[in-house]
Amino acid sequence: MKRLIPLWIAAIAGFTVIASNFIPWTLSMGDLVTTMFNVLAAVAYVLGAASIAKVHLSKLSAKRPGWGYSVVTLVCFAVTLCVGLLKVGVRPEPLSPDLSFSGSYSEPGGAIWWIYEYMISPITATLFALLAFYVASAAFRAFRAKNLEAMLLLGTAFIILLGRTAAGFFLTNWIPPDTFGGLRLENLSIYIMQVFNTAGNRAIIIGIALGVSATSLRILLGIDRSYLGGAE
Amino acid sequence: MIGRRTSWSGTWRGAVAIARPTVPAAIVLNLFIPLLAFGVATAHAKAREVAHATAQDSAAGAAERSARSAPMPPPLAPVDVRVADLPLDEGGAVLVMWKVPPEAPAGSIASFVIRRSMTQAEAASQRLERRKASFEAELKRLETQGVAPEQARTQAAAHAQREVPSPVPGAPEPLQWIDASEVPAAAPGAEMTTVVSSLDPAQEYQFMVVSRSADATEAGAAPSAAVRGEPGLFLGKRIYLLGWILFISGSVIGFILVARGGRPMRIRRLAALEAVDEAVGRATEMGRSVLFLPGIQDMDNVQTIAGITVLSRVAKTVAEYDATIEVPTARSLTMQASREAVQASYMQAGRLESFNPDSVSYITDEQFGFVAYVGGRMVREKPAACFYMGCFFAESLILAETGNSIGAIQIAGTAESSQLPFFVAACDYTLIGEEFFAASAYLSGEPDQLGSIKGQDVGKALAIAVIVVASLALAVQAIVPQWGIGSVAAFIRSTLTS
Repeated sequence: MKRLIPLWIAAIAGFTVIASNFIPWTLSMGDLVTTMFNVLAAVAYVLGAASIAKVHLSKLSAKRPGWGYSVVTLVCFAVTLCVGLLKVGVRPEPLSPDLSFSGSYSEPGGAIWWIYEYMISPITATLFALLAFYVASAAFRAFRAKNLEAMLLLGTAFIILLGRTAAGFFLTNWIPPDTFGGLRLENLSIYIMQVFNTAGNRAIIIGIALGVSATSLRILLGIDRSYLGGAE
Repeated sequence: MIGRRTSWSGTWRGAVAIARPTVPAAIVLNLFIPLLAFGVATAHAKAREVAHATAQDSAAGAAERSARSAPMPPPLAPVDVRVADLPLDEGGAVLVMWKVPPEAPAGSIASFVIRRSMTQAEAASQRLERRKASFEAELKRLETQGVAPEQARTQAAAHAQREVPSPVPGAPEPLQWIDASEVPAAAPGAEMTTVVSSLDPAQEYQFMVVSRSADATEAGAAPSAAVRGEPGLFLGKRIYLLGWILFISGSVIGFILVARGGRPMRIRRLAALEAVDEAVGRATEMGRSVLFLPGIQDMDNVQTIAGITVLSRVAKTVAEYDATIEVPTARSLTMQASREAVQASYMQAGRLESFNPDSVSYITDEQFGFVAYVGGRMVREKPAACFYMGCFFAESLILAETGNSIGAIQIAGTAESSQLPFFVAACDYTLIGEEFFAASAYLSGEPDQLGSIKGQDVGKALAIAVIVVASLALAVQAIVPQWGIGSVAAFIRSTLTS
């Protein structure tokens, strides 16, 4: 029964959403299912918060290595939660000046806005910027000419890299544009991206679409139950 | 006048003086005079032609002007106006049909304007807008007169209320009309139709078709009966999509039944999944943990579900090998589902006592916050095997490169085609797109699930056939356009994009 009820819920919700794409009067039911999922996900945040608290409090109480970071995490968690719930620094709505809680929690000037703008956003941007170095190291490893395929990959990457920069234009601008213009690096780069890359990408996307269809069907029909921990 | 003219050759008096110039001047003058005479004659001829043409033009223009200024007959109202709910739609659209009056003189109707009645909500909204505008204008006027702000606002509000009064409760509101669309007129006697959409399916509307002439004179037919744009029983425009889905689903179900009948299903070897045992075994030998990431999306993403199905198999192997597994998640629901799956796997392996619920934990929804935690943990604890199975975005390369730097054996699987190159570059094995979705069936080895993969292959064969036919049709159309075979490709495109 523990597995059967979730399976039925998954099947009913799934087929309702599919039907809402074809049968107009079921559209509201599809929206209802989506709303129910959102409510469920919101409630599940309590579980997430409990998980964070449990993991870090146990680390703190056992004084395991790095417990200081757990203190920072818990303090930040509590502070963000409090300033968000209490709408610290948020002004009331202009239309309801008497209602002190009427403003949006994320209103510019509020504490949550300040935390996001001056702490989360810069840290996120810094982490994202690291990607450039990771791309360089991955490219260095991937483009080593070990065999014929790797050499082809290297050559193609070289053309694309040059063709998408000013260097590509300056290196091949001596090629007459009317007769052999297609051999210019910037044009070769466009050709490779539009023909070879698009063709390969679309093949993968078609495979993915079919895979999604088959997987969805397996789940909706209850054939694949492994996401629930397998058969009862 | 000639006699008083001054020339370069000197001054002479009268026409006679021309006969007595110096020799060079005489030569020039003898050449100049015939040229001058010719020029004058030509100019006169040209002037006569221009005058004649102008006269002709002005005569024609006058005729045209008089024709224009003649009173055009007023446009006749459209006839046989009918309004019906558009069938097989999602609601909120009606079909308006009418006939161009057969006796209408040609050109008397430039276009037809389709008007619809306003709903009560629209009328109220319009009234509110008008009242707001009236309030603003009056407030501005009072403020310039030096009335105190509070008093000005009160007076302006009263003024706006007087200008745009609210309807009397219970009394029927007069019908207000709004232009819904305008279509160019067809030939007299022609049947015309248009679809008016963006209507509220719960509201009733009346429609009026109005003939409009070039000078904006209008003649309208009587308003239609009230019609509601109700949703149809089925969306007709998606019939082809339904056909595709039914075909693919049918082939999947068909092969599942065939597999149940005992026919063996052979699936090609997937190296990435063959390496699962090796990766977990390596982690066990090294005494390190196995890290499994089911993506950073929630349970409404099929990739997350596919990732958790793989997790259940990996967790079972981990339990059997008595290794440890860490599953950090970026969504609370994903954490709960992953925890259930891992617990069930430990139970199946007969090692429920080894299961640690805290091994599956929620970190944060924030994408790079999650990456920072996982990256730091990887560097500190150095897991021997890393699995990335699910939906990933920019963090894919950061995670995979970090895993590579600590020497972990890495197996990835995702359907995000933009992230696949990063995983291919940085991981030891990668499940590309459909392989990722086939992983669960492959690992289970159950005939039902393997049959579904075979059914999926039928869909792939159909896709290949469609691509080949459409490509050939387009190629033939380019070479021999008169055959008109491009319509085949156009039909395929329309069915795929419906």
